[in-house]
Amino acid sequence: MKKKNTILTHDKNLTPGFRLFLMTLPFLALVFIFSYLPLWGWRYAFYDYRPPKALSDCTFVGFKHITSMVGNPALAKNVFRVLKNTLGMSLLGMATSWIPMLFAMFLAEIKSVRYRKFVQITTTIPNFISWIIVYSIAFAVFSSSDGLINNVMAAFNPEWKRINFLADANHMWLKMWAWGQWKGLGYSAILYISSIAGIDQEMYEAASIDGAGRFQKMRYITFPCLLPTFITLLIINVGNFLNRGMDQYFAFQNALNKEYIEVIDLYVYNQGIVGNAMSFSTAVGMTKSLISLVLLFIANTVSKVFRDGESIF
Amino acid sequence: MLSKRIPLRVSARLKSRRTAGDTVIDTLICLFFGIFAIICIYPFYYIFINSISANDLVERGSIVFLPQGVHLNNYIKVLELKGLGMAVVNSLLRTVLGTVVHVISTAFVGYAMSRQEFWHRKFWYRFMIITMYLSAGVVPVYLNMKMLGLLNNFMVYILPGAVSAYNMILVKTYMESIAVSLEESAVLDGAGYAVRFTKIILPLSKPILATVAVFKAVNEWNAYMDTILYMSSGKFQTLQSMLWRYLNQATELSKMLMSGGISDSAAASFELNPISVRHTLTFITVLPILCVYPYFQRFFVKGIMIGAVKG
Repeated sequence: MKKKNTILTHDKNLTPGFRLFLMTLPFLALVFIFSYLPLWGWRYAFYDYRPPKALSDCTFVGFKHITSMVGNPALAKNVFRVLKNTLGMSLLGMATSWIPMLFAMFLAEIKSVRYRKFVQITTTIPNFISWIIVYSIAFAVFSSSDGLINNVMAAFNPEWKRINFLADANHMWLKMWAWGQWKGLGYSAILYISSIAGIDQEMYEAASIDGAGRFQKMRYITFPCLLPTFITLLIINVGNFLNRGMDQYFAFQNALNKEYIEVIDLYVYNQGIVGNAMSFSTAVGMTKSLISLVLLFIANTVSKVFRDGESIF
Repeated sequence: MLSKRIPLRVSARLKSRRTAGDTVIDTLICLFFGIFAIICIYPFYYIFINSISANDLVERGSIVFLPQGVHLNNYIKVLELKGLGMAVVNSLLRTVLGTVVHVISTAFVGYAMSRQEFWHRKFWYRFMIITMYLSAGVVPVYLNMKMLGLLNNFMVYILPGAVSAYNMILVKTYMESIAVSLEESAVLDGAGYAVRFTKIILPLSKPILATVAVFKAVNEWNAYMDTILYMSSGKFQTLQSMLWRYLNQATELSKMLMSGGISDSAAASFELNPISVRHTLTFITVLPILCVYPYFQRFFVKGIMIGAVKG
């Protein structure tokens, strides 16, 4: 280390490391301004902020907004509802997070390389379009007035009553899950597909000679090889349990399905930006961020134990 | 491949063990993946054929497999809609500028973080990493943008996303694998950090930078929450936010069609209606992604793998 330093130094006043730091400073400043400075905004959670007024003119209310999340019956009901939606959809996602692994395992069974490539390419496309486009596609396929499904059904059956799939609040979690799978399944499988490509072929050959069938090879070779990746992703998922993001739900929400589609992030947006309950929604968002951090810490510790000291960050 | 590596007799025995059941399972697997592939791409095809077919047929819902009465009038008319040209420019501009700024900034920060001599490197590295896990929330971020005067300011598309911790890790990991000796010889020649970065490190990091650029460009093109949150003025709308508005405000759409000066006397098959605007606009918005996708596919795969290694 010391030797390297003497080589690298060619300005006696500044160490090279400090010079490099100064050159990076503008970028670090950007990170500070856009990622750390907003944390200062958490103070709004402790005031009764009414937007036209300056914060200094508003009354300091301490933990009122935080306690009202459970204390105020009307608010508590809503908070409980969005928490239920968030946890419900997160659980649904986690309970089915083995699907990409299975997808990859069966895809590997296809003998034709070209067909496999074709499937992989086509199923990955939806991941790279925005949720607005996904919603637009949903509209084109499922809307009541001019959607594909209703049109086709009406063509076969003149008595067909047009169903408004998008406004219908039934099975909202399941529908959101299905759109998530449509968009993300092919993409999530890529990681497993690459892992399968890395498995030693001789293991399969040895198994074949020992008389193992297709499913035995999948069960005793492929599956155990993919399991560590699967568990790691599952642990990361636990850490992000409350962070559903709002992109998908924002695109799909409407007045009729709002009750079941609103996750915490979307609720904070609807309350704080669309409505004007800025202080309350800041309090909700802040609480969520802090709980998430704790979850992430736990997930990281578990991961450390599980992967012999290798943490996820 | 299997038969090449194991003795002939064994391989013959393995082949003969392929039963009828195996063939059935193979067919089922192929069929399942075929159906899923169709479900994934048919919607794009459906929207495309509906955007070029006669609009009265589209309204009746009779375009399902093949286009009928093909015309490109929708595309010409849609681009004449108020604000649409501006939205295309904004989308392109934010994608190009945002990606260029992001790649340069992230590459430099990644480089700096890969050098052991960086002043308090551990601290600053953690400073970057924390941003991946801690977010202040929508409202504080919005108030922060307001305080900085970035509402209705094009810079809100560029600056907040200039450096990302995740991509910085990818770049840093890659740069750490470049031999230090290459740089040491440049140091002996008296090259400073700027020269070493631009002349040695950047050219050698092209693969990872291309990967980062592809991911960023797709994200920029697809972004819409920032427009909806920070851009109340029509001047900074993008294709995504326009599409969102059209999907949500049917009345506004018909009003815009009126003010667009589209005459009622035009033949119904060419007349722009809300459905055709939706299909056409959706396809315009998705077209760049579909066009570049085949070329960028390998970068996606590479990006996922590098990301997974670091996890």
